[in-house]
Amino acid sequence: MSREITLSKAVNEAIAEEMRRDPAIFLIGEDVAEAGTPFKVLSGLVEEFGPDRIIDTPISEPGFMGIAVGAAMTGSRPIVDLMFGDFLFLVMDQLCNQAAKTHYMSGGKLQVPLVLRTNLGATRRSAAQHSQSLHALVAHIPGLKVALPSSAYEAKGLLKTAIRDDNPVVIFEDKLMYNDKAPVPEEEYLIPFGEAAVLREGHEITLVATSSMVQVALKAADLLDRDGISAEVIDPRTIVPLDEETILSSVRKTSRAIVIDEGHQNFGITGEIASRISEKAFYHLDAPVVRMGAMDVPVPFSPALEDLTVPTPETVAENARLSVRGELFHAA
Amino acid sequence: MAPKKKTNTEDYLQMYRQMVRIRAFEDNANQLYLSAKMPGLTHMYSGQEAVAVGICEALEDTDKITSTHRGHGHCVAKGAEFKEMFCELLGKAEGYCRGKGGSMHIADQSHGNLGANAIVGGSMGIATGAAFSAKRLGTKDVAVCFFGDGATAQGLWYEVMNMAALWSLPVIYACENNGYSEYTKTEEIAAGSLTARAQAFGIEAHSVDGQDVLAVNELAQKLVARARKGEGPFFIELKTYRYHGHHVGDINRDYYRSKDEEAEWKITRDPIVNFGKWLEAEGVLSADELVAINDEIKADAKAAVDYALDAAYPPTGEVDMHVFAGVDHALSYV
Repeated sequence: MSREITLSKAVNEAIAEEMRRDPAIFLIGEDVAEAGTPFKVLSGLVEEFGPDRIIDTPISEPGFMGIAVGAAMTGSRPIVDLMFGDFLFLVMDQLCNQAAKTHYMSGGKLQVPLVLRTNLGATRRSAAQHSQSLHALVAHIPGLKVALPSSAYEAKGLLKTAIRDDNPVVIFEDKLMYNDKAPVPEEEYLIPFGEAAVLREGHEITLVATSSMVQVALKAADLLDRDGISAEVIDPRTIVPLDEETILSSVRKTSRAIVIDEGHQNFGITGEIASRISEKAFYHLDAPVVRMGAMDVPVPFSPALEDLTVPTPETVAENARLSVRGELFHAA
Repeated sequence: MAPKKKTNTEDYLQMYRQMVRIRAFEDNANQLYLSAKMPGLTHMYSGQEAVAVGICEALEDTDKITSTHRGHGHCVAKGAEFKEMFCELLGKAEGYCRGKGGSMHIADQSHGNLGANAIVGGSMGIATGAAFSAKRLGTKDVAVCFFGDGATAQGLWYEVMNMAALWSLPVIYACENNGYSEYTKTEEIAAGSLTARAQAFGIEAHSVDGQDVLAVNELAQKLVARARKGEGPFFIELKTYRYHGHHVGDINRDYYRSKDEEAEWKITRDPIVNFGKWLEAEGVLSADELVAINDEIKADAKAAVDYALDAAYPPTGEVDMHVFAGVDHALSYV
């Protein structure tokens, strides 16, 4: 049985189902209880689970992140709500020096089963400190898993998997998609980490897109279809671990690839995936692999500027056309 | 040292032995560094033994502690064995962390030691979180967060103290004020009083002579019992002294503290010597018995060092193990 629910509702259901299943789980963060977060994602949870399990904190991101790490090391399974992905910079020590390394530094004796839920995405007119997509920062750190759902269906299935994982997992939701509806089964399901989804099959070019950029890639594929170009769209769903094989086998078939991600382009996810394609499918390629990330500027406030910074269906389709025609990056 | 009744002979002996074990461990660790047998650096706990022992002897095995870069003392005091500790310091497979942590990350979860931490103040959240788990899961465990005076300058402490006080968590913040924040006098880095900082959050704060193991233990017993009953959190400032430099390589330190000052503490305020004299004066142990204990522990430490020097390094295949729980080898996973 499938019905359509919003991404917000999907997240809420995932947390509620898992908390009913396992009393060791609690959720902690700023304005998560009665307020249900500024995005109202968590509405109703405190009524069911009470303030001892849906815990409002002071505005102290490093503090509650650290408390979650210690709780995770001692029998609890915390879900940390970080209101904006931009606040990751505040919790970096606790996340990257503590949570990510504890299992390794202890020779496997200590575990940190913790989920950090946060978000990404620009074009909400929120300016440079509430619009960043910082998943590459945490994907760079060994010991952290990183999930990037691109729909209500993925948000629920990946979050449930994250909550059951015995490692720290950072899951980024696209804050512009909270009200977007998608078919989600009534029955319980989980989406395993490290399994990409082929969302559209094609044979002339592969569009590897994450999170917010999946819809952009699907729309680009529609535009390309009108031009008679057949594009395959792949959503990795998790970038740590990364399902390299699904991406490589697609590129071996299409011989061309564009990687699209809303993190900054330089030193980012697009570079990592493009590099793996270039290293491991080089002799199958008919064109350079293209990276399309967010422009390497702080996110500007003015709509006239902000919209320039993120890939669009049109810009993706244009790069795809150039790739298929063999006209990419020709020196003038 | 205040006179005590001789009703706790076994406790006294245990505290004496544990302090001597820490000193013996550190003397050997220092020699391993000086003779270039130990990789990297380490930070000596010598001089501060009464703090770790006085507090840990007030804890149960299941109670949790978090430790610091100067953490060998906490590890020994919470029940760790010499052999696994020296193996860890030398990066050997039989170390507590299979050689992956070393001196600054030594952890012994079997005795509730959640680990040393190489980020100054980095474990304040972890200790508070362990107390949070204990309260929520109803385990009755208490968590002790050891940290130095230098760590009181980290903002994290004020965030977690605020939440610990709001939520009445069973955590004791134990600040070992050894007078120096790395190479800087504490008075140059700490404004006002440390106890007042905890009191500002409504946290009951105590100051105690960290060279007097009985005074430390008496206070810790009371606070641990009260924390277990839900009366926490608490703060203790323990005034103590670091015999060595910031780390073993910090040899020439005249520019920040004098040899006279060091000699004064070592001669008149040594926690082991003074407690030994007290045990003798109270008739708990004779001078010969004290010497016998010291010799036996020195021999134990030497045997453990010899064992660790000969022990095997971890096989190279372990380099990408333990990155993720449930994943054998991370490199074939990511």
